Amino acid sequence: MTTDHLPSGDPGGTPGHAHDHGSDLPADLVESTHAVSVTVNGRLRRATVPARRLLSDFLRHDLGLTGTHVGCEHGVCGCCTVLLDGAAVRACLLLAVGVDGRAVTTIEGLAAEDGTLHPVQQAFHDEHGLQCGFCTPGFVMSACDFLADNATPTRAEIREGMSGNLCRCTGYQNITAAVETAAARLAETGQDPRARCAGNDPDSGSGAVARARMGATPNEAGTTGRGPAGQGPSSTGALDDGPGDPGSAVGEGDA
Amino acid sequence: MHDKAEPTPADDRATPRSGGTGSRHDATAPGVRTVGAGDSLPHDSAHKHVTGAAIYTDDERALDGELHLAPVLADIARGTIQAIDTTTARAVEGVVGVWTAADVPGRNDTAPVFDADPLMADERVSFFGQVVAVVAAEDLDTARRAARLVEVDATAEDPSLDLATAFERGDHLRPPHRQERGDPDAALSSAAHRLSGELVMGGQEHFYLEGQVARAVPGEDGDLWLSSSTQNPTEMQHLVARILDRDMKSITVEVRRMGGGFGGKETQSAQAACLAALVADATGRPARMRLRRHDDMVTTGKRHDFLGRWEVGFDDDGRITALVTDLVGNAGHSVDLSEGVVDRAMFHVDNCYFLPAARVSGHTVATNTVSNTAFRGFGGPQGMLVGESVIEAIARHRGLDPLEVRRRNFYAPVDRGDGRDTTHYGQQVTDNIIAGLVEEVATSADYDARRDEIAASNAQSTVLRRGIALTPVKFGIAFTVRHLNQAGALVHVYKDGSIHLNHGGTEMGQGLFVKVAQVVASELGVDVARVRVSSARTDKVPNTSPTAASAGTDLNGMAAQFAAREIRGAITTWLADRDDVDPDDVVFADDQVTVGERTLPFATVAHEAYMARVPLSSTGHYATPDIHYDRETGSGHPFFYYAYGAAVSEVVVDTLTGEMKVVAADLLHDVGRSINPAIDLGQVEGGFVQGVGWLTTEQLHWADDGRPTVTGPSTYKIPAIGDPPEHFEVRLVPDSVNLADVVYRSKAVGEPPLMLAISVWCAIKDAIASLADGAVDPPLAAPATPEAILAACDAVRADGVN
Ligand code: FES
Ligand code: FES
Repeated sequence: MTTDHLPSGDPGGTPGHAHDHGSDLPADLVESTHAVSVTVNGRLRRATVPARRLLSDFLRHDLGLTGTHVGCEHGVCGCCTVLLDGAAVRACLLLAVGVDGRAVTTIEGLAAEDGTLHPVQQAFHDEHGLQCGFCTPGFVMSACDFLADNATPTRAEIREGMSGNLCRCTGYQNITAAVETAAARLAETGQDPRARCAGNDPDSGSGAVARARMGATPNEAGTTGRGPAGQGPSSTGALDDGPGDPGSAVGEGDA
Repeated sequence: MHDKAEPTPADDRATPRSGGTGSRHDATAPGVRTVGAGDSLPHDSAHKHVTGAAIYTDDERALDGELHLAPVLADIARGTIQAIDTTTARAVEGVVGVWTAADVPGRNDTAPVFDADPLMADERVSFFGQVVAVVAAEDLDTARRAARLVEVDATAEDPSLDLATAFERGDHLRPPHRQERGDPDAALSSAAHRLSGELVMGGQEHFYLEGQVARAVPGEDGDLWLSSSTQNPTEMQHLVARILDRDMKSITVEVRRMGGGFGGKETQSAQAACLAALVADATGRPARMRLRRHDDMVTTGKRHDFLGRWEVGFDDDGRITALVTDLVGNAGHSVDLSEGVVDRAMFHVDNCYFLPAARVSGHTVATNTVSNTAFRGFGGPQGMLVGESVIEAIARHRGLDPLEVRRRNFYAPVDRGDGRDTTHYGQQVTDNIIAGLVEEVATSADYDARRDEIAASNAQSTVLRRGIALTPVKFGIAFTVRHLNQAGALVHVYKDGSIHLNHGGTEMGQGLFVKVAQVVASELGVDVARVRVSSARTDKVPNTSPTAASAGTDLNGMAAQFAAREIRGAITTWLADRDDVDPDDVVFADDQVTVGERTLPFATVAHEAYMARVPLSSTGHYATPDIHYDRETGSGHPFFYYAYGAAVSEVVVDTLTGEMKVVAADLLHDVGRSINPAIDLGQVEGGFVQGVGWLTTEQLHWADDGRPTVTGPSTYKIPAIGDPPEHFEVRLVPDSVNLADVVYRSKAVGEPPLMLAISVWCAIKDAIASLADGAVDPPLAAPATPEAILAACDAVRADGVN
C-alpha cells in the first residue's frame, strides 16, 4: 500500500519499495489514491497518497519530516501537533488528502535558515523544558499557536492553554517556564510566533522574513484559532500565494 | 550512527559552561581541576529535541525492502489454542509472511531470569493480548489490517484475576521470601497497642510517549544489527540470540535514545526486538516493529499492583515495637523481574523507621494478566506505601500528628549507639540524614503553622477539606542482583583533540549522556563540547547491565572516569618523561595541559601524543564494592548507600464528590554532590509528578473476562500540565556529599523522588480524616481516585459517628 508517488529525486521521498497493488485486495483493503499539494514549511510538496494516509504519516514517511512524533495516534497526547494555516492541529487526526491546498508548519519549519532557533525553541532549550524530548516538538508547536493568541499569558493561562499536550518525563515546571520565557522574548522582537524565525544572518533579509510569514497567509483569516483539528475551512490559498510551479519536476517550490 | 559529525550552528549555545572551572568540586586527583562536572548544562540533545532533529528508532529511514510488522493478539485471558489459520492473512497482497511459535528456530522464550515468557503463545494463552502470531507486510497499514484476518481458534477458561484470591489459593510463581528480626510474635503479644490493616495498591502503565519499537537489519554470516528502543541492549542481544539459536557475537544492538523508559523498556522491549529479528532473519530483509499505543498497553507489563497486609505493635508514644507484614505482588502470568520487585518492596517497607522486631514476607503471585515488570522504584514505592500507612494508622490511633510519629520512629544516627540504626535485613544505615532533612523541609514549608491553619479552616468548612503531610524517603541504591552492579566504558581521544565516549548506559531522557560526558570532560580538563557521546552499542561495550535501578550515572560514570584517567595517565607519564618534570606538575585544566612552565592547548597535546605513539584509547570497568545479600537468612548489605528526600504536600478534597487537587508541594531531595543540578532537579520534579499520577489519577482496569479496558490516554490519565501544584518548590539538599565513593560523591536520582509523592496520598488521608477530627484512619486505597476518596470519606463518616 505504499503508493507514495513522490516524484523521483525528491529528497524527502520514501526510498525504495513502492508496491502498487490496488485491485486484488479484499474489499476492505482496497483504497483509492489521490494527488495532494501541500505547502510544508514554505515549500510546495506534491504527492499521490492513499485516501486514508494520515497527515502524521505523510509528514514522517513521505516527506521524511520525522520531528513530528506520534505518541498515541488517537488525538490525546499532542506529540504530533503541527500548525495548519497557522492553527495548532493534531496530525494524527487529519488525513493528508484533507490538507490538500493548505499550509502546514512542522517543527522543522521554525528555525531560521541560518540555524537560529525560533524564540520558542530557544526558550525550551534554555529552560530545560525537556527530558526525553519526544513530546517537545508538539509542545513547541502548541506554544507557537498559543502565544499567537495570547502574547502575555499568566502562568494559569499557560497551564490552560498548553493542557492538550502530555509529557511523561518532566513535571511541566520547565515547560511552563519555557512558554513564559518565550512570551517575553517574542514581545521584545514583535515576531509572529507562528512564523519561521528570521534569523541573524543579515543576508537572509526580507525574503526569509517573507517565507517566515508563510503561516500568516490570507488563509489564516478564515481559520478560527485552535479549533477542532481538521475543521478549518478548506482553501487553495496557499498554492495561490506561492510561486511554485504545479508542473515542477521536483514537485516542490517556495510558497 | 545518528550523531552528526558537524556541530550545528547552535552548538556553541548548547554548552554554556556556567560556573567556570573547578568551582563545584575539589580536585579528585593530583593534576586535575574539574571542568563541566557540577554545571547545569542542558541535555546533550536539547538542540536536536527543539528542532525535531533527534532521531528515535522509528525516525530512522526505512531501508530498501524494509518490512513492517503487526502482532496478532489473543482475545482470551486464559485457554488453549486449538488452531491458528493464517490463510486469509497470507493471501493479502503485500503480506510477506505470518509467523507463529512453531516458526521460532531457537527457544521461544524471552524471559530475563526464570523461564516462561513465550515470544509468541505456544498452545497456552495466559493473558488477554498475548502475542499469538506476527504478520509482516510491505507497509504497516497492510500488516495491521492483515493481522485482523488471522483466525485463532482457542478454548477459553475462567481467568484468575483477583490478587487476594490467587494469593490465598497459593498461586506462587516463586517461593516466598522472608526477612525476620527478633521475635516479632512475642513482641506483638507484649505490645501496649496493636493494629492491623490491609492496603490495596494499583499498578501503573509506563506510558513512555515513544512506544515499543525495534528494527532488525540482516548482515553477513547470519549476523543481525538491531536498533531498539530499550534500556537493556545486552539483554536484547542475548534474547535475540536465544530465539534464533545464535551466538551473541552474531547480534549487535544499538540504542541512541528512547522517548522515555521508566523501567518499561528493561525487559518489555524484548518482544518487538525479537519479532523484528525473527522476521529479518527469516526473510533476509530489514524488519521494523512499532506497536500502536493500544497494543503496547495491552501486551507489555506494568508496575505491579500489590496487596499489603500488616500487623503492628507500638507503645503509648507511637513507637513501633514489632511489625509483621505480607507484601503480595501481582506478577501477572510470568515471573519476568517480579521476584526482584517483591524483594525491593520488602527492602523498603521500613522506609526511614526502625523496626525492633519484624517479619517481612514477600510473595510473587500469578494471575492471568500481562506480566508486570520494572517501573521506576521497582517495588520500593509499594513497600514504602505500606510502611507509611502503618505510621498513619498509629498516629490516628494515638491522636498524634503523623509527622511526630514519624520522627519518633526514625532510624537513629550511628553515633547515638543505641542500636536503632540497623534495618530489618541487617544493613546498618550509616549515611543517615533523615532527621535533619525532615526538619529543614518542615521549616522551609512552614509545616507547623500550616497544619494549625488547615485545622482551623477545616473546622469552618463542611464540604471542602484540606490536608497536609510530610513524608520522608530512604531508598537503597544498587541492583539487588549482585552481578548487575558493573559497567564498562570506552573513551577515545582522537589526534585532533576531540573525544569519543561510549558506555553501557542508555539515554531515555534522564540526562545520563550529558552527565557522563561531564565526568570525562572533568577528568581530561577539557570543555564538555569536545566530547561526543555515542549511542549504546553491544559491540563497543559488551555485557552491560540495564540502565535501571537509578544506577546509570553511578556505574557508567565511574567506568568512564576510569577510562579517561587511564588516558590522562598515559599522557601524563609521557609528558613528564619528555619534559623532565614531576608527573604532579602535569595539569589538565581549562582545555589545556600545563607541563611545568609550559601550557599547551589540549588538541596540540593530543596530536603530539599520537605522534609519540602514546595510547589514546581506553576501556574502563567498574564493579560496585561492598554489596552482598543472603536470601536464605534474609540479611546482608544489599545497598551501596541510601538516597534521601522529604516532601510536604497539601491538598484540598471535596468530600461530597471525591474530587481532589494538590495545591502545594515542597520537595527537598538529596543527590549528594550533583554532577548536573538542572538535570537532577528535572528528575526530582518529574519523578514526583509521576508518583502523584500513580497514587491519584492513573487507574488500570480489567473486565471480568480479563480484557484490559484502559488501553490509551483517552481513558488512562497521566498527569497533565494543570495537575502539578501551583506552589511547587523543588530543591536539592545543599552541600551534601555521598559518603560512599561514587563518582564525584554524587548520588543516584532516577527513582527515589517518585516516592516523595507518598506525601500527597498521606495529605489526602489527612483531609479525609478531618471528617472525624482525625480519630479515624481513612481506609484509602491507591490510587486515590475520586471514587476511592469518596469511599474513604463515607467510611470515616460512618466510623466517626459510631
Ligand atoms: S499522536 Fe497523540 S495526539 Fe497525535
Ligand atoms: S520529555 Fe519525555 S515526554 Fe516530555
